[in-house]
Amino acid sequence: MLLIPCPWCGPRDEVEFHYGGQAHVAYPEDPGSLSDAEWARYLFFRDNPKGPFAERWSHTAGCRRWFNMVRDTATNEIHAVYRPGEPRPVVA
Amino acid sequence: MSAHDPADGLPEHPERLWSSPEPERSYDVVIVGGGGHGLATAYYLARNHGITNVAVLEKGWLAGGNMARNTTIIRSNYLWDESAGIYEHALKLWEGLEDDLGYPLLFSQRGVLNLAHSLQDVREGVRRVNANRLNGVDAEWLDPGEVGEVCPIVNVSPDVRHPVLGATYQPRAGIAKHDHVAWGFARAAAAMGVHLIEHCEVTGIDVEGGRVRAVQTTRGRIAAGRVALCAAGHSSVVAGLAGVELPLQSHSLQALVSDLLEPVHPTVVMSNAVHVYVSQAHKGELVMGAGIDACNSYRQRGAFHIIERQMAAALELFPVFARAHVLRTWGGVVDVSPDASPVVGLTPVDDLYVNCGWGTGGFKATPGVGWCFAHTVAHGEPHPLNAPFSLERFTTGALVDEHGAAAVAH
Ligand SMILES: Cc1cc2nc3c(=O)[nH]c(=O)nc-3n(C[C@H](O)[C@H](O)[C@H](O)COP(=O)(O)OP(=O)(O)OC[C@H]3O[C@@H](n4cnc5c(N)ncnc54)[C@H](O)[C@@H]3O)c2cc1C
Ligand SMILES: [Zn+2]
Repeated sequence: MLLIPCPWCGPRDEVEFHYGGQAHVAYPEDPGSLSDAEWARYLFFRDNPKGPFAERWSHTAGCRRWFNMVRDTATNEIHAVYRPGEPRPVVA
Repeated sequence: MSAHDPADGLPEHPERLWSSPEPERSYDVVIVGGGGHGLATAYYLARNHGITNVAVLEKGWLAGGNMARNTTIIRSNYLWDESAGIYEHALKLWEGLEDDLGYPLLFSQRGVLNLAHSLQDVREGVRRVNANRLNGVDAEWLDPGEVGEVCPIVNVSPDVRHPVLGATYQPRAGIAKHDHVAWGFARAAAAMGVHLIEHCEVTGIDVEGGRVRAVQTTRGRIAAGRVALCAAGHSSVVAGLAGVELPLQSHSLQALVSDLLEPVHPTVVMSNAVHVYVSQAHKGELVMGAGIDACNSYRQRGAFHIIERQMAAALELFPVFARAHVLRTWGGVVDVSPDASPVVGLTPVDDLYVNCGWGTGGFKATPGVGWCFAHTVAHGEPHPLNAPFSLERFTTGALVDEHGAAAVAH
């Protein structure tokens, strides 16, 4: 069970949150020009690293806001939380 | 063994099931991952195709991954023709596997109930029963009274939060003893000359001119004519070594067992809506699985709130469990695909083959996928039964969406 530091509310139990998968996945800039393979990548392929991963969480049982978090998928260590629009922090 | 030994009925093992050779510097086929799928693939490569210059490389101990951690449910009641094809092929192999391997697997066809708790569940279930029958898969629709006849300890009262409105029933489904399945395949493959090499982690894959040449391991470089990946939870990591990206996400999936009970539970009960599935092991433990943890993870343990939810669901369905104790809990790492179906077949790298994405449900496929994947590796082209499960389906859009029949929340 994770203790997740919501950037607005502070540390809260994981059960208050909803997981949103990989962060920083931008909608294609020019959708009409994408090939089938490029659409496949956008729709179905997400990073799946064993290590630090930038991902989205929503504090559904609290402030109901989305934010980003860098968590290590091998250790559960939370390296950083940051607000939407902010760049992914560099973690060691 | 005394008549009261709880392990009564479990077979004795020979002292040694396979030998542990030093790795050679080169093999015709290198299989990465010594779980059930890797071992079954090795066995059928040797048995069906006469390819015996094969090594199975396992980073830990043989079958210590998901093969040792799953809840052993075997069934073939999936919705689509493609799935019925491969899972029913597997179930037919299960039915003769003890004889084929010459090894006891405690395969027990005690049937499986998939419960429906809402009108939508009922419609989906009835549709799946009809689809199963059209594919020659045994399936019945049971009303709540009939559910109570098959499994008297299920609470079929209408006065609970998620009442049982009916269930699909597959009588030929069941469970097997997972360790024995791995050991049976390992022993038979080793007897035909396959090298089973433990504590040998693949850390690199050499690709030259678009063709796989060798694997780098913690025990040195091993050249390979063909490389077959069977690395379950670590599929993305291992395929990534060859520059191949897969549409997979890894998650923790947990299970638990109770202390030993008298025989109380005659079948297998799964409930997709309330996230628990239960059977009673041969020894007497209640074996219970849950849904996956939501976030990506490579940790072989999950969050406690998942277990709490699973227990709450189990208690509502089976009030008699209230006095049982949790004996132990554990987790595995499962590789989940976007359409809840596996990815089996060729990759953009020549002579590199992938078998992954079985997510929460690949144990039941073990003999079937071993059979088909061995064919794919031996011939350099997919077996007809795994052809629909190619990597290309994510580009063509010919998905095999089994979220409804996968029966584990993910
Ligand atoms: C809790 C739980 C319950 C489940 N319940 C069911 C069920 O009831 N029915 C069902 O059908 N399925 C079930 N499953 C799913 C099933 O266990 C898996 O789909 C199936 O075991 C995957 O194939 P495998 O046996 O080869 O995987 P594994 O046994 O995980 O084999 C993969 C092997 O690859 C090895 N490996 C990884 N990376 C490397 C490397 N770099 N070098 C060398 N080796 C490597 C691993 O150590 C591992 O031993 C369950 C899974 C879990 C975790
Ligand atoms: Zn908040």
